Parts: sequence; structure tokens; C-alpha cells
Amino acid sequence: MTYFPDEVVEHIFDFLSSHRDRNNVSTVCKAWYLVEQLSRLRVFVGNCYAVRPERVMARFPGMKCLTVKGKPHFADFNLVPHDWGGDALPWIETAARCCPGLEELRLKRMVVSDESLELLARAFPNFKSLVLISCEGFSTDGLAEIATHCRGLRELDLQENEVEDHGRQWLSCFPDSCTSLVSLNFACLKGEVNTSALERLVARCQNLRCLKLNRAISIESLIKILARAPNLVELGTGSFTADHRTEAYQNLLNAFYKCNSIRNLSGFWDAAPRYLQAIYSICSSLTVLNLSYAPAIQVNDLIKMIRHCFKLQKLWVLDSIGDKGLAAVACACKELQELRVFPSDVYGTGIAAVTEEGLVAISSGCPKLNSLLYFCHQMTNAALITVAKNCPHFTRFRLCILDPVKPDPISNEPLDEGFGAIVKSCKDLKRLSLSGLLTDKVFLYIGMYASRLEMLSIAFAGESDKGMVYVLNGCKNLKKLEIRDSPFGDAALLENVGKYETMRSLWMSSCDVTQGGCKALAAKMPRLNVEVINEREESDEMVENPSDMHRVEKMYVYRTLTGPRDDAPDFVWTF
Amino acid sequence: MSTTETAHSSTESDASGLDYEETQLTLAPPGASRSDPERKRGLSDDDLPSDSSQGASIKPPQSKAQVVGWPPVRSFRRNALKSFTYVKVAVDGAPYLRKVDLEAYAGYQQLLTALEEMFSCFTARNYPNERRLVDPVSGAEYVPTYEDKDGDWMLVGDVPWKMFVASCKRLRLMKISEAINLAPRAPQGCTKEQ
Repeated sequence: MTYFPDEVVEHIFDFLSSHRDRNNVSTVCKAWYLVEQLSRLRVFVGNCYAVRPERVMARFPGMKCLTVKGKPHFADFNLVPHDWGGDALPWIETAARCCPGLEELRLKRMVVSDESLELLARAFPNFKSLVLISCEGFSTDGLAEIATHCRGLRELDLQENEVEDHGRQWLSCFPDSCTSLVSLNFACLKGEVNTSALERLVARCQNLRCLKLNRAISIESLIKILARAPNLVELGTGSFTADHRTEAYQNLLNAFYKCNSIRNLSGFWDAAPRYLQAIYSICSSLTVLNLSYAPAIQVNDLIKMIRHCFKLQKLWVLDSIGDKGLAAVACACKELQELRVFPSDVYGTGIAAVTEEGLVAISSGCPKLNSLLYFCHQMTNAALITVAKNCPHFTRFRLCILDPVKPDPISNEPLDEGFGAIVKSCKDLKRLSLSGLLTDKVFLYIGMYASRLEMLSIAFAGESDKGMVYVLNGCKNLKKLEIRDSPFGDAALLENVGKYETMRSLWMSSCDVTQGGCKALAAKMPRLNVEVINEREESDEMVENPSDMHRVEKMYVYRTLTGPRDDAPDFVWTF
Repeated sequence: MSTTETAHSSTESDASGLDYEETQLTLAPPGASRSDPERKRGLSDDDLPSDSSQGASIKPPQSKAQVVGWPPVRSFRRNALKSFTYVKVAVDGAPYLRKVDLEAYAGYQQLLTALEEMFSCFTARNYPNERRLVDPVSGAEYVPTYEDKDGDWMLVGDVPWKMFVASCKRLRLMKISEAINLAPRAPQGCTKEQ
């Protein structure tokens, strides 16, 4: 270690892109720790409450890019109350004081106020990139601040955020001098935008490569935009429907004909079949296609389009594609790596859309498949065993059977063997979500075979504490465990308390854990925050002083350097 | 071989000193009364054979229980897809439009009943081949029509309900005199482009 001067060590560390690798080298010796901390440019904070912003920025004074994640994953499904926490402001305020050279900020599942955005826009003269994923708390006023004050902004990427619409003028706030945009994604905005301002912005930003329009943008506007940005690589099409009965089709066809660089396509909110044909010319170059917000597209039109997409690597669709459509994908898309099939009928009352057959077809036609999210009506052990054999390279496997405790419909047995086959065959599996009828046995398999597993999501599964214990004792790389509606209680929770310090977090809701169990865990492990979320009805007499025997409805446990958080609302108790 | 034992056969829960009923799971949303004895583990499912050994204590719910956060779809996505089904309703001669959520209705009959209530001057009248709404004061008849995704105006009721919900962009209660131009539904069945 002392053989090399610091500059050389630092240069070697430059080749380490993963924050985990950098974390590891920093623990080798003090010299390396010092070199590493001064040279780390990209900082990743997986849990905003695990560490204080001041500490992060004191350690990494050269930070240029910061990623912070807030709420637990199950917040996506309304399991976390609205004002639980995850405020981005402390991070932005601290960065404004300590790291004014910040260039990129990525936030996921955090509460971002307009005030935060205003501070962000004014405090960082070199700011280049803002990515917000599944955030909330801001409006188009905050976006107007970003547009107005971030000179040299390259990227504004808004993915699936809840944004309050305060009018369309935010886009006009990009000054005429702004020519630096490379990526602009406002697909999640619900309101109108100033389309002529948008067209002018697109025209002057010659480096624009990614543009994702929202549903308010019609085909007529899209055509004008494409004419000004023929070098786009990623496009979100907007509504893909014409305002008037104009003969937009020919113009659309011509516009797409000139766009030779498009590789990534999404949008199609209201797509009419006849306009879909206009994109056949670019289908053969596509690597990413997201049709998951396009319920208007019928299966047969989808199949016609898919047949052209032989380079496709990533496909997101709705389950209206059916097994028939998936068979067509299996035939055409031999390069497919990631498939996500979302439910079109979220309340599960409709006709069966995709079943195990579609998945089996995909697995046999697409051997490179490594990432799956599949909402379906049923699954069989035989199908999962076949899929495991056909696709041993899964890193992400998420299956969601709409009836969460449904057994194999043919054998009427639980799906333990099927998932067992998946974990046994897919040695690189990092993320797994289970569903269907499952006993403790599936967890025995997971503990035994899923040695690289980092994230596990469990719902309505298992029979006893043994299930959870198999996982905690077996999966040595486990980072995030989230469990709902499963019969795991205090015995399982307290079986291996040291494990939780090796993990980012544990979520348990509607399980059998009691308040006493939570207190015991907190007492044994002072470096964990054991948070219990207490949503109480007015009529519930237990509201004042629940006993230790009382079951907790929601528990969130995470390792932390900060102790109990100081912004916890009154319904969150930290033991 | 493996059995279909479920949580109801668990005895490990006794270890924590809680009795069996306490540890049963419910699919009710959080905050539901704890004293509710009707703990169900499974949802009703027509595919399950009636002699399923899922445990005698399961009472199949009347309809599929609406479990919070299930299926696990992001709220953003749920809301985005939901908004597809709100359509404007216009009535010839009325000063303002209304909006209805097509997904709120199970079929044509419910939709027409709702329209009848919405434009409360009308009463529904069923003709053999189509449905009409009548203004009892003037006697004028209205035919429910809709604009589909292709921009064509169609008569409500021809296609299966779900197909209609997927393709309907807006509704218009057209005065019968204007509706002459729509293809009449001849009893013999004229050839129509599907």
C-alpha cells in the first residue's frame, strides 16, 4: 500500500465504478480510506435515515453526484402513511452548504417540496442533472425554478412522480440561452405544457437525445418536435392520438422515417391502431419498448408491431398482450433480456389475460432473459421448473399471481417446488418476489440456494416462524427483506438479530410480530432503528397504551448511525 | 408429498402465548378491528375445487376482498390507467357536459341507468334492438352513441361491454333525428366493419 503514491492509488480507484467496491477498498487501511474518501465523486445513500447528510458530505467533500433513497419499497403500494418522512430538504440544504460543486442529484421515494427545488436551482452553479423517481410533494412551480436558474442543465428526468399541476408555463422558463439539454422526461405530468415553447426548446438543444412527452401532447405536436429533433435516441411519444381528424398519418410516417437513431420508445397513451403503423420503420432498431401505459393497443396490432422488433432487449407491456402475444414475442425477440407484464385490470375482476403458458413460451424463445416482472392469473410448478431450466441467468425474478394464495391449479399444490427450482437454477439471482400458495418449504429452498439474493419480497406466504428463519440464516447477501400478511412472529424476528446490521432494512406488516418483540429487538440492537407505524382508528381503545402482547401492524427496522430520527411523525414510534 | 397446509394448521404460533384466533391473518385493510373473528387467509376463487383442504375456518368472501396494496402496482400506474376510463357525456341541447367513469359500471344497463339519473329528465325505454332515452316532456328520443378510438361515431351496445370500455372516447346522447345517419340495426344484420 505504501509502495504507490496517493495519485496512483486514486487512479486505480477510478476504475471502481460500483460504490460497494469503493466501500470495500476504503476499509483496507487508513491510507486507502483517506485516498478513497477524497476521490469519491459518486455517492449512494440507500436509506436516507441511515446516516446524516452532514456526515456524508464531511466524508466525501469532492462529491459531484448524490443518490438518496427514502421511503421503504412498500410505500409504492400505499402501505406507508402519507407523511411518514423521507424529506429531501435536509439533504439539499446540507449539500448547498458543504458541497456547492454538486452536479447531479438522484432521489427515489422522497418528499421533494417546491422550496427544495428552488434551493436546488439556486445553490449549485454547476448543476447538470436532476432525476426524481416516485417522488411527491412538488408542483410545476418547482420545475419552473429549475428551468429558470439551472444554467447548463443537461438532464431533467421525472419518472412516475406525483406532480401537482400549477400551469403550463414552467417549460417556457427555460431561457433562450439554454441549449445544453440532453435529456428531458416529463411523461408523468398530468397537465398541458406550452407546446410552442417546447418546440423552440427542442430546436435549440442540438444535443437532445432523450425526450419523453406527457399525455397532453398530441400527434400534431409530436410531428413538429420530431422534425426539430431527428437525432433522438429515446422517445416518449405523448398521447399518440390526433387532436382533429387531420390526416396526420402521412406526416407521422415521414417524421419517423427521418429518425434513424431511435432505440427506446415509450408513451402511446391513447394510441390508435392506424398510427402505430407509422413506427414500423424504426421497430427493427429498437432495444427498449414500453407499452405499459397503452391499454388502447389491441393484441393483434401489438403482434404486428412486435414482429419487427427483433433487436428488442427490454419490453414492458400490459397483460392484455395475452399468452398469444407473448408467444409472438418469444418468436421475434431473441435478444430479450428484460420483460415486464403489468396488469391492465388492476382489480383482478376481468378475464384471464396471461397465464403460465405465456411465461413458458418466453423462457423457451428468449434464452437471454435475466429480468422478469410478471403479473398473471395463475402459475404451475411445472411451468416454473421449465422456466428455471430454460433461463438460468435470472438476476431479477418477480412473479405476482393476482390471487395471492392461489395454488398450482393443476395439482392444487403450493408453488414451493417451482420457486425452489428457480432459486436452485439461477445462481446469480439478486432479487425475488414470491406469490401464490407457499409453505415454509419455499423458504427452506431460498435459504439453501439463493446465496446471492439481495432483496426478497414476501406476501401471504409461509406457515410458521421457521420460514423467516430459514431466510435470515441462509441468505448471506440479503440486504432488503419485506414481508406482508405472513405468519412470522417474535420468535422469527429475534432468532438472528445480528443479521439486521448486515442488511439495509426489514419491513413487516400484518404479520404476527408484537410490540414486545419489537422492544426486545431494539433493546438488543442499539444500532438499529425499530420503527412501528401505528395508524389508529378513533374508536380503538388501545390507542393510548397498547400492551406488549399487542400485535404491531407495521414495523420497519433499519441499521443506522444516527439513532432515532428527529422528524418522525407522531404515529411512528421508535423503540 | 407436499400438502396444502396453510397458516391454519400452524402450531408454532402457540410459542408466543397467543391463542389461535389472535394469530390468524386477515385480509382486511390495516386499522380494521382486531376483534374481528372472521379471519380469512384465502380469497374466493372459482378455480378452487369445492373440497379444497384450505381449512374449514375459511369463509369465502362474497366478492374478491379488496386488499390494500394488492396487486402490488405503483399508485402512479394505478391512477394513470384508471384515468383512461373517464369519458365526457354530451346531450344534444344540454348546456354543459358531464363525465362518467366507465369502469364503474358492470355493463350497458348500469351505464344507461346512470345516464338516466344524470340527465334526470330522461327515462329509459328499451326497444327490441337498441336502447333509447326519452324526454317525457317533449317526447324527444335520444340514442346513446359514442366516439371510438378511430374517431368514428358508433351506436352504444353493439360490441361486448369490455371492448366498449376500452374503445370509447366520449359519449353523446344524440337526438333521434340526427341519428338517422348512423347505420341502422336491421334485424337481418347488415354487414358492418368490425
